[in-house]
Amino acid sequence: MRKYVLSLLVENNSGVLSRIAGLFARRCFNIDSLTVGTTEDEALSRMTIVVTGDEQILEQIKKQLNKLVEVIKVVELSPEESISRELVFIKVKADNDTRSNVIEISNIFRANIVDVAKNSLILELTGDAAKIEAFTNLMEPFGILEFIRSGATGLQRGFNVLKEN
Amino acid sequence: MATMTGSQMVVECLKEQNVDTIFGYQGGAVIPLYDALYDEQENFKIIRPAHEQNAVHAADSYARTTGKTGVCIVTSGPGATNTVTGIANAYMDSVPIVVITGQVATSLLGKDSFQEIDITGITAPITKYNVLVRDIDQLPEALSKAFKIAKDGRPGPVLVDIAKDVLMGKAKFVSRYEKETKTCVPGEDTEEKALNIARLINESEKPVIYAGGGVKTSRAQDILLDLAEKNSIPVVNTLMGLGSIPRNNRLSLGLVGMHGSKEANLAVTKSDLIIAIGARFSDRVIGKKDRFAPGAKIVHIDIDEAEIGKNMQVYYSHVCDLKESLESMVDHVESNDRKSWIDEIETWKVDDGIKESDFAAKNIIGAISSKFSGDPIVVTDVGQHQMWTAQYWKFNGKTDFVTSGGLGTMGFGMGAAYGAKTGNPDRNVILFVGDGGFRMSCQELVTISKYKIPVLIVLMNNSTLGMVRQWQKLFSNKRYMETDIGDDVDYIKLAETYRIKGVQVKDMESLKQFLDSFEDITEPMLVECKLSKDDNVLPIVPPGVAIDELIVKTY
Repeated sequence: MRKYVLSLLVENNSGVLSRIAGLFARRCFNIDSLTVGTTEDEALSRMTIVVTGDEQILEQIKKQLNKLVEVIKVVELSPEESISRELVFIKVKADNDTRSNVIEISNIFRANIVDVAKNSLILELTGDAAKIEAFTNLMEPFGILEFIRSGATGLQRGFNVLKEN
Repeated sequence: MATMTGSQMVVECLKEQNVDTIFGYQGGAVIPLYDALYDEQENFKIIRPAHEQNAVHAADSYARTTGKTGVCIVTSGPGATNTVTGIANAYMDSVPIVVITGQVATSLLGKDSFQEIDITGITAPITKYNVLVRDIDQLPEALSKAFKIAKDGRPGPVLVDIAKDVLMGKAKFVSRYEKETKTCVPGEDTEEKALNIARLINESEKPVIYAGGGVKTSRAQDILLDLAEKNSIPVVNTLMGLGSIPRNNRLSLGLVGMHGSKEANLAVTKSDLIIAIGARFSDRVIGKKDRFAPGAKIVHIDIDEAEIGKNMQVYYSHVCDLKESLESMVDHVESNDRKSWIDEIETWKVDDGIKESDFAAKNIIGAISSKFSGDPIVVTDVGQHQMWTAQYWKFNGKTDFVTSGGLGTMGFGMGAAYGAKTGNPDRNVILFVGDGGFRMSCQELVTISKYKIPVLIVLMNNSTLGMVRQWQKLFSNKRYMETDIGDDVDYIKLAETYRIKGVQVKDMESLKQFLDSFEDITEPMLVECKLSKDDNVLPIVPPGVAIDELIVKTY
């Protein structure tokens, strides 16, 4: 079992998201994360779905997705031939004693400080799963109050595009 | 470009699609649509069931037996939810139907209005596609798309939900009709793949063709027979595939799997090459997965790519219209008589010990089958009688077999019977139904009576939910829980209440007398066969074991 990242081009209709989520639920496929947004073409949306499974499950997921009328294209984003990033916000305990330590580590990771309060900071970080995990591990000792991640979103490298003309 | 109402557009689109038969039921949200049909009554035959579920079963069966797309019209809310079982049934058995549901007006959507239900949400997992039409300008395209998708590739149901104000609104009608196109153009690799499969066949010692419903959907029966005969390949069938090869052909081994014949199940188990054609390796066929055809290379030919590797890992596959694939293959397959393989299979055939005079399902179905040896349509409900029909009907290559395969819907048969007859007025239609399934659908006697639809209903009455009782008997220590449903209904009088002729028979003699009393089925009739509740469907493969470990006799 490992993680796979799928990139989907879909019609931008109401109901598409529930249809895709429903397909995953019904076929007992697990979604680790799903992001969706508009694209250069307003009639289309693009989804990035991270799933855990083996080759066989991945194959089934791709085939079942391809059967949905609203799904235009499905590709797997392999780590070598694509880039994918995730956005996280971490609200971490930070008082006068610890604030400078937190800021120092954040600078190393190029995380932005987006909120400062008396006893806390909110940090914004963009990166791949490994970077986020490393950063989170370093923040843990300070005390993570809240944590949210956007889920991965990605594109294939090079001139390749999902949409065929 | 004419200006017309949304309802008129629907009618116009149905005419473009050459729809001439509608199974439907009136209701608040479709009053405008039926109003548009008022002026078109000479162009459409409209059949109103007693309950919407049966409109869908009828449309389903109509589609299976005519090759056209079945059409239903029902109202919003309960009208729509009543179609759900029917849609699921068509989905599981890959039948092209278009269900048009009325919906509350757009201004009332999302407010839990009277008879508002999210039917596109409910039916998303059981349709190939569905859509809620909220804008009259999108109506022609939605309908054209619905008919296209229903038939495209692997067929299936499509639902179009239309808001009432769309039906009542007016706009210019712009036709979006697309001529039916060939859905699966043979790929450049068809010839090559067919050649590779032919090679595998030529090299094999013990091949078996495992033919499913896809063979009938792609109308590939004749070419399947050519292929099987040229290379003497035994053919086993799924429930949906029955009728794709004449049962009296020496190569036909009949049903495979849970209620398969011993020779069919053993042939698969001992085979060195399984050629799966339009079948999907259902759990009812494969039994214990890792012991299904353990020594065989498996080749899978199907139009639906998602079926490849879904239930069974395969050695070689070809995603294609079956007919194209088989046509390319047959030339490359060598002539062979496979004498030792055929002889080996012959030794596995067993005598079931049923005497010719016994009033048993085998003889009842045998007698009816002999009488209707032309091109009848045989419809079943779900349960023991269904499996008996599958086992004992003498499918002759011209018989259509309509049964609820994937979903196993008790209550399917009545609607399916009159749906088939409506589409095939010149063919005899025989329905086999158990007393359990009949109780779920006997209100449809009113439909058969009202439209004078001449079908023969064979009620196999054993006063019990026989299939479940059989499981209790064999696997639950005879703890008969909730299966004996009693014999306190006079089914003959019930039929007569609906002005349908009813006859009860208790032995072969009286059954034969009844069958001799008419030639073709020209009026609705019900014949009730009183059976013992202890008759079993045999062979049976117990749950969780391999298909060669079948129980052939019980004592």
